Amino acid sequence: MPQTEIPNFSGESLHCIRGERTVFAGLDFSASSGSALILQGPNGSGKSSLLRLMAGLLRPASGSLFRDGLTIEDDPEYHRSSLHYVGHHDAIKPVLTVSENLSFWAGVRGETKSVGAALERFGLSPLADMAARLLSAGQRRRLNLARIAASPAPLWLLDEPTTALDSASTAVLVELIGDHRASGGIAVMSTHTDLGIPETIDLALDQFSPASQH
Amino acid sequence: MIKAFTHILVRDLRISMRQGSDIVVVVMFFVITVSLFPFGVGPEGNILARIAAGVVWVCAMLATLLSLDRMFLNDYDDGSLELLALSSLPLEAVVLAKSVAHWLVTGLPLIAAAPLLAMLLNMATESYLTLLAVMVLGTPTLSLMGTIGASLTLGARRAGVLVSILVLPLYIPVLIFAVGAIDAAAMSLPTRPHLLFLGAMLAAALPLAPLASAAAIRQALT
Repeated sequence: MPQTEIPNFSGESLHCIRGERTVFAGLDFSASSGSALILQGPNGSGKSSLLRLMAGLLRPASGSLFRDGLTIEDDPEYHRSSLHYVGHHDAIKPVLTVSENLSFWAGVRGETKSVGAALERFGLSPLADMAARLLSAGQRRRLNLARIAASPAPLWLLDEPTTALDSASTAVLVELIGDHRASGGIAVMSTHTDLGIPETIDLALDQFSPASQH
Repeated sequence: MIKAFTHILVRDLRISMRQGSDIVVVVMFFVITVSLFPFGVGPEGNILARIAAGVVWVCAMLATLLSLDRMFLNDYDDGSLELLALSSLPLEAVVLAKSVAHWLVTGLPLIAAAPLLAMLLNMATESYLTLLAVMVLGTPTLSLMGTIGASLTLGARRAGVLVSILVLPLYIPVLIFAVGAIDAAAMSLPTRPHLLFLGAMLAAALPLAPLASAAAIRQALT
């Protein structure tokens, strides 16, 4: 068994090609337990692609990703079930209520008790029985973020998580990421704004773009 | 794992029930297309009885097709599909859960409507039990095979039309043996061989269709 107590996440010489165009090449990163990795770079520099690559939704053209010393292909099931991915879409079913949406995602993860607390944390408890189609963009994002609060996973991959969030909810998210790191989790996120998260590892993606390497 | 499977199944059923129109449209389409035939062919009982099995089955297949393109598309568009692909449940099991849900909301109503429509078409009374048997054995195969078309067309423009072109040829063997069984029953011949073939197709589609669909979904998500 790999030492699951110390989640370590790293990538070596990752090369990503999207539609025959190299997005980045020779990218290395490493994150140890409790660290926050911030991906920076202009639009199109491959922040979302890197996060999808980390999640295993995309395959790198070359290079590998490691969890606890093993490549993610060695145990894809462990990798998938021990990460949370927040993409551009909120994965919300408009006909289900707010709490039904959240219970579903928590239930798929085998978690059923923490739904109420997660809703409370993002201030969605008063809306719990409302159909999700009535939510505003910011409320939808909060519901999506409540999903990662509702079930534990050592690795969080957040693609611009603060989109549409107001400052109060952003503070909740920052606090949540703090708790997650304090309990030994890793957070990787792309963002354009400074969230005031302490002791981050910054990864500027434009230095790995093919244009800057020639 | 079983829990995650039932969670997906229950969620899909709940969504379909809330959007009741989806189920109603499929059954209404089935009823209306079948009832066009007496108008088109003429009301002679013996002609209608002769074509009844084929008409009911072809229309059941077209009605199933109507509902196929939505099977993964909503989940694909709102990002649910990539999260399901990242859950601990294998994607093949996710596909299976979604096809069971699809069958419960389209296959079952079609089975319920079939005997009524058979009566409308003057089907031989000896064939009714066989009709029900082939519907029960055949419609799950339609849902399962349909997942292949639905997943291959994710991200395509005009996916609905493309699904029909991909899936209808796959449905031909089901059609042949289903109609064969009903006709055999009408002529008091043994229906067992036809039913066995339908059962074999279901048994083959049960593992193979989720495998193929899961591969197509992984491709669509990259």
